[in-house]
Amino acid sequence: MSQSICLIDTSKCMGCRGCQAACKQWNQLPAEETTFEGSYENPPRFSANTWLRVSFREHEGNNSRVDWYMAKLGCMHCTDAACMQACPAGAIFRSEEGTVNIDPVKCIGCNYCVTACPFQVIGFDRLSNKTRKCTFCLDRLESGLPPACAQVCPTGSITFGDRRDLVARATNRVAQLKAAGKVNANLYGLDELDGTKMMYVLADEPEKYGLPADPQVPVQTRIWNAIFTPLRLLVVVAVAFGLWSNRSQTREIEQAKRGGE
Amino acid sequence: MTNHWNDYQHSDVMMAIGGNTAENHPISMKWIEKARETKGAKLITVDPRYCRTAAVSDLYVPIRPGTNIAYLGGLINYILQNNRYHEEYVKHYTNASFLINENFDFDAQNGLFTGAEDDPVRNATKYNMEDWQYQTDENGEILKDPDLQDPNCSFQLLKKHFAPYTIENVSKMTGAPEDVLEESYELFSSTGEPAKAGNILYAMGITQFTHGAQNTRAIAIAQLLLGNMGVAGGGVNAQRGQSNVQGATDMAMLFHIIPGYNPTPQQTHPTLQDYLDATTPEDNWWSNRPKYIVSLLKAFYGDNATRANDFGYEWLPKLDGLDHSHIPAYKYMRDGEVEGLICVADNPLVGGSSSRAKMDYQKNLKWLVSIDVVENETAAFWKGPGMNPAEIDTEVFILPACASYERDGEKANSGRWITWQYKAQEPPGDAKSDLWIVNEMFKKLQALYEAEGGTVPEQITRMHWDYDGADGEIDIVKVCMELNGYNTRTGELVTNFVGLQDDGSTACGNWLYSGYYNNLENPACKRRIREKEGLGFHQEWAFAWPLNRRNVYNRASCDLEGKPWNPDAPVIWWDENEERWVGNDVPDIPGTWTLEQSTENPFIMLPEGVGRLYSIGYQGVGGLRCGPFPTHYEPADSPVPNLLYPNATYSPTSQRFYENHTVETDEERERYPYIATSYRLVEHYQSGSVTRNQPWLNEMMPEMFVEISEEQAEEMGIRNGDTVLVESLRLYNNGEQGHIKAKACVTKRIKPLMINGEKKHIVGMPFHWGFMGMSTGDSANDLTPSVGDPNTTIPEYKAFLCNIRRA
Repeated sequence: MSQSICLIDTSKCMGCRGCQAACKQWNQLPAEETTFEGSYENPPRFSANTWLRVSFREHEGNNSRVDWYMAKLGCMHCTDAACMQACPAGAIFRSEEGTVNIDPVKCIGCNYCVTACPFQVIGFDRLSNKTRKCTFCLDRLESGLPPACAQVCPTGSITFGDRRDLVARATNRVAQLKAAGKVNANLYGLDELDGTKMMYVLADEPEKYGLPADPQVPVQTRIWNAIFTPLRLLVVVAVAFGLWSNRSQTREIEQAKRGGE
Repeated sequence: MTNHWNDYQHSDVMMAIGGNTAENHPISMKWIEKARETKGAKLITVDPRYCRTAAVSDLYVPIRPGTNIAYLGGLINYILQNNRYHEEYVKHYTNASFLINENFDFDAQNGLFTGAEDDPVRNATKYNMEDWQYQTDENGEILKDPDLQDPNCSFQLLKKHFAPYTIENVSKMTGAPEDVLEESYELFSSTGEPAKAGNILYAMGITQFTHGAQNTRAIAIAQLLLGNMGVAGGGVNAQRGQSNVQGATDMAMLFHIIPGYNPTPQQTHPTLQDYLDATTPEDNWWSNRPKYIVSLLKAFYGDNATRANDFGYEWLPKLDGLDHSHIPAYKYMRDGEVEGLICVADNPLVGGSSSRAKMDYQKNLKWLVSIDVVENETAAFWKGPGMNPAEIDTEVFILPACASYERDGEKANSGRWITWQYKAQEPPGDAKSDLWIVNEMFKKLQALYEAEGGTVPEQITRMHWDYDGADGEIDIVKVCMELNGYNTRTGELVTNFVGLQDDGSTACGNWLYSGYYNNLENPACKRRIREKEGLGFHQEWAFAWPLNRRNVYNRASCDLEGKPWNPDAPVIWWDENEERWVGNDVPDIPGTWTLEQSTENPFIMLPEGVGRLYSIGYQGVGGLRCGPFPTHYEPADSPVPNLLYPNATYSPTSQRFYENHTVETDEERERYPYIATSYRLVEHYQSGSVTRNQPWLNEMMPEMFVEISEEQAEEMGIRNGDTVLVESLRLYNNGEQGHIKAKACVTKRIKPLMINGEKKHIVGMPFHWGFMGMSTGDSANDLTPSVGDPNTTIPEYKAFLCNIRRA
């Protein structure tokens, strides 16, 4: 399996959101209708059409020094991936490139992965009844190209490369930041969920960027996975039936609504 | 820029002042990050807001909008008082030692230099500059004091002028805490060491003030004192906000220059000789001006330009002494003196100052031509908010232009690199390139003038205009050849501007560009060879004007003997064996000069040959209307008196155009208590014509907003995301107060500042929105004043007073 990862050095991120636009462009994701609600961070949450967001978080320390942290957020492509364990349909798979992807053909739209994801980066598309998220630009990787976000980043905040090289670089960078007074600088994604394919150099604590301090696969997901994996076929049929009936009902309601217009 | 974006990698300390470089010039951060990572370089951001650049800076200095000269004056004073300047550089490469007329003085009570008098034409103060001149001996040689001790030498005058800019005073004026000021001065002035490089990068937060030109002068003085001009990683770097603004300026988009930064002829120069006498110095580079002007006239008028008719000089339009820039152009429109307007890729109803008023003035136009990629607000003014189309007789023509990716052509970027760009795709529908549109328009005009005559028809009828290709379409190569210059007898392209003549034997559309397209097989601007190793000058990548020189004034990067101040980043050096300048860049010294000549004249563009700490027009070159030294004046809309010069407020030489236009009385100061500044966002571009029609960008920045501090929001009971109304004197008409609407962005990143002991709130707002396009909203420029710098008349967009109310 490929040992390539993305390293996201937040100390070099200036929030230009080139990555956010590049993600939408490469994946041809439609724009969402948003409003300005007091923060540069927009759209406010992940969805089926928003796979990458840059967080903008303001913090004020005791010495009244203001920090404005920005970071590219999205699917982490975890080794211990909660979504894979939660998926009853076996639709979420690990590719040859080491990325975690949703197979839209197999996805039954149950949303279990959406609730299981500790980073809350999976979106549900009502129209197609599928869940969607960052693919790590699997199509680009397979053609020997870096992910669109890494390709477009002007400062080198997002770099794509060999895991060992980037971990070494990240370790040095953390030491450099600590020496420069960023005492909370840390490497995020090395041990979290047995390692993530999106790895971060954070200049401060993870929560300050909108990342969970200690991301875990939910206990329910682990139990579910342990008990139900052997019975997967049965579960798929049952869940699929439940959703189908629910959906048919929804469609009837929608049709009734449309007829009334 | 004197240097280039990638030259930032050689800086030891960078100061971003009046420019939000991370946000508006994102690529700069690549090189800033490189300098920080490889050299431990530091970045200082000086800005009223804690902006995206501040977020990635080592040190942030908050200052009140419009107090850059106070801040930079403090830096200059700190450098002088603490002997942080580069002594050898200052003594030999600047005019520090030059003696100034003994009558020259500065009246601190009134904030005026010697020679102030009324200028009834401009309704402002003007200066008689007689007493500002250098002292000379009987042969006209400038008198100097090499020890810099004479009280009338420019070094001592500089020291005296900036002595009041103490950290304490600067803190009172700018609102920046004293310890932060000192830390920033200490850090930046550390680049006064000979081997260190300091870089000041700026943009419209320096230029868009009634004292904008002097803001830039203050930067230049600081950089000369620290020996940062000419060296790798140094420089005065005006970061352009668009990929070809540099090119547009080179081609003279401003009314006071003609191509190649030559002054526009005045009515007081009726003949070519009068013009050349007034503008050509005896020494150094501009002594070549006659060659550039005659070659330009040959490019304009071709065979119609002969020695007998002064090469057609009489047909050139001459200035009448009045200002013809953006602000007065609209004032003349208000007064019914403008019949028609052609707007090319310009949208003054969003991007211009006091834009709401401009919408009304456009009603007086008979016709309006808008050449743009979309129907922008300026073109659609007749259906704008509050307009009644039935009352408007203006005939509007919209000519669809193609985007830059839909045509071939060249761009000159901030670093003066002229780079050819190939068409990426065909334009949609009837959209055409600007060049095509101008070519067709001119041909029609020429035919009309020939048939019907008009005022000075020769201007148009005698113009040499032959750009059609074999297929009847415009042939861009013909334009390139004319810009590069050619021999008028043989048609051969000149190698560079050294080959230009003043006898009519050469034609050249812009001497600075000469050399960029000097052969048809492999023109310099189309070259794409990266250097394998070196400082990043990439001599075979594109073409940098002038003469493919990447760092201008690079002679000053070496000591008197011609050895680089910083041996680790040598730009050029004197080769003793070959007895000439060699190195990584094209030397900014004529090849025939001796070492001694080059040491005496490191700044060849100035007749004095050295950098100007004290700046006056000398032998027809340079000089500002508003004084030889930068001086702190308040912005036109100011909440406080001038702390240093009690009887002065705003720049006395800046011109007023409208009555009751800026805040003058205490009652008005109470009505508009908040200090505002305007800016751009990375997600949108200028007036938003293109970006507000891009859904992915609208999604990120969907609405007009105003940034206010948490403290102010609490005082006013405003919550984050609330809609608020913003008002200024520009929207106050006949007792009725107008407003713009915006969402409140309540932020920790803006703090109230203590100005001379009084707490003042600062607010900021982007100016991208207008009433057309997919994302609509009010324009911040409805609020900004139409007052301009005395030299450039650039409007004061970046500092004004406003009021905010809950909606």
